[in-house]
Amino acid sequence: MATKQIIPQPPPVPLEPAVIGPGQNFASVTEKIARIVLTKHTPLGWIFGFLIAFGLANMLMSVAGYLFFKGVGIWGITIPVGWGFAIVNFVWWIGIGHAGTLISAILLLLKQSWRTSINRFAEAMTLFAVAQAGLFPILHTGRPWLAIYWLFPYPNTMNIWPQFRSPLIWDVFAVSTYASVSLMFWFTGLIPDLATLRDNAKSRFGQVFYGLLAMGWRGSAKHWHRYETAYLLLAGISTPLVLSVHTVVSFDFAVAVLPGWHTTIFPPYFVAGAIYQGFAMVLTLMIPLRAAYGLKGLVTMRHIQNMSKVMLATGLIVAYGYFMEAVMSWYSGAKFEYFQYINRSTGPMWWTYALLILCNIATPQLLWFRRVRANVPLVWCIAMVINVGMWLERFVIVVVSLTRDFMPSSWGRYIGTRYDWATFIGTLGFFVLLIFLFIRFLPMISIFEVRSLVPEATLGHDFDEVTSEHTP
Amino acid sequence: MNTEEGNYRYGIYGLLAEFDTPKGMVHAAECAHSEGYRLMDCYSPYPIDEAADAIGFKKNRVSLCTLIGGILGGSGGYSLMYWISVIDYPINIGGRPFHSWPAFIPVLFECTVLGSALATLVGMLALNGLPLPYHPVFNAPNFSRASKDKFFLCIEAKDPKFSLTESRTFLESLHATSIVEVGN
Repeated sequence: MATKQIIPQPPPVPLEPAVIGPGQNFASVTEKIARIVLTKHTPLGWIFGFLIAFGLANMLMSVAGYLFFKGVGIWGITIPVGWGFAIVNFVWWIGIGHAGTLISAILLLLKQSWRTSINRFAEAMTLFAVAQAGLFPILHTGRPWLAIYWLFPYPNTMNIWPQFRSPLIWDVFAVSTYASVSLMFWFTGLIPDLATLRDNAKSRFGQVFYGLLAMGWRGSAKHWHRYETAYLLLAGISTPLVLSVHTVVSFDFAVAVLPGWHTTIFPPYFVAGAIYQGFAMVLTLMIPLRAAYGLKGLVTMRHIQNMSKVMLATGLIVAYGYFMEAVMSWYSGAKFEYFQYINRSTGPMWWTYALLILCNIATPQLLWFRRVRANVPLVWCIAMVINVGMWLERFVIVVVSLTRDFMPSSWGRYIGTRYDWATFIGTLGFFVLLIFLFIRFLPMISIFEVRSLVPEATLGHDFDEVTSEHTP
Repeated sequence: MNTEEGNYRYGIYGLLAEFDTPKGMVHAAECAHSEGYRLMDCYSPYPIDEAADAIGFKKNRVSLCTLIGGILGGSGGYSLMYWISVIDYPINIGGRPFHSWPAFIPVLFECTVLGSALATLVGMLALNGLPLPYHPVFNAPNFSRASKDKFFLCIEAKDPKFSLTESRTFLESLHATSIVEVGN
């Protein structure tokens, strides 16, 4: 042992790439991120992408207008399939909305410093995805101005109240709470960066706009102390919340008696699926953005590899969920449960289930290989496949289960109409539109948190001596 | 403006010393604290826990706000459900009792979370005295870099130990890159 200590050891080779690229300091990270927002020059690619997204968002508004005029009959839903694309899309979007809070809150509590460069963007993505999700139940009512009284408890002229024993009301509370808390968490994280933008803005409009939003933040040590407590508490509150949201969404199905819905594995399996898909969507958006805006020194290979590993792990939980569904349909001995599984895998819509297995279970296994995780375009493609796979999962659960329930005389088929597709693609456009506005007007990476990662931010060893000298 | 005593002695808010490194600022704050200054504040572009310790700021009441908000949100939500489902609009669903509390748990949880999150954000801002668009330190010429890459220590004129000449000499001894008087 003694001889070992004398031999000079070479510096250990880091097993993983660094969280932050070399040569960054306080001023450089501030300028690198703030410049994207404060520049007068809007990139041509931004304008192009914005216009496409704007067009699609307008298509959404048009089909929503037509829907309110004609009613939900323009969609493919009919009995027995009363829940079609709208609910599939709702669950899909709300699932995407899980990564943001997970990255922000749970990874903060676990002291994973690599979250810092991606949390702001993931939180924004969460908000925008939840906004799309929130549209679908509203659209699905067909006449939303008549629907509010059974969704929210408010005194109305009919003197009636919502039914609190219904999972659908739980869902309203879960999703609206999640949207509100995510917004508060996101805004809290933004306050110090808004102050940075206020102080660095050249235009009068920028100074006033960011100045109003920053509310006079001045970086006081007392303020930071309360701020950090508040941020940590919000993270602690959001952690059980994010797990509760998809649990409650799964109750919408699990509390019903329909074969294929009525299973106890739904809550954990929905939550794992949501995280899986949320990380896939973060990668889908972050990989092109870091290339377009030259942020490879801040969003490094470490982030991409870690997110790939999270996808692989949650993907395996999802695979276990599919497997348990299959096992339970056989082991339960329940005739209808068993038939439901046979119908799902070999019935008229077998191909949706086959594609689902291919997208969600088979493809992500490539992420076991280090070389695949290091190949950014390939990771992007896998993330894209997972996005599709998770949409198919919800389609299989919602639609395929409904097409054939207990009585063969009431079996049916379902096919989405062009209005269904236009609504879905429209929300994709609306989502991208909000993302584009966000990256143009707000810092997509948390500047103040990245500052605490640069080498300059360390207080050093002699600091401890200073502390002991001066503190009583 | 009260120039004799109390709020603004010497007609200024305080002396603002600028530092290039977080270490310099924290060290200066600690020295100032051991020197006997109490009314002072550090300004930094990112949270530095040691800075709050150095100026002697230890406890804050944000977590109390969270607790109160959570209790109010949860009890408010449950009372609403109880009043609606048992008193004002009782409906028999499959023979379940009107006060079917297990079914009320999800909404109880969400209301608790919403109440505590709202109270945390509002409480943090209120305790910090924000929104506050104007503050004397914004007058300092280089203060806009407090949100970028510079670190500041402000000894306030309200501090009983404050003296324009002595405090300035003291701050100079701490290797501040610049020291400015901050007007009101």
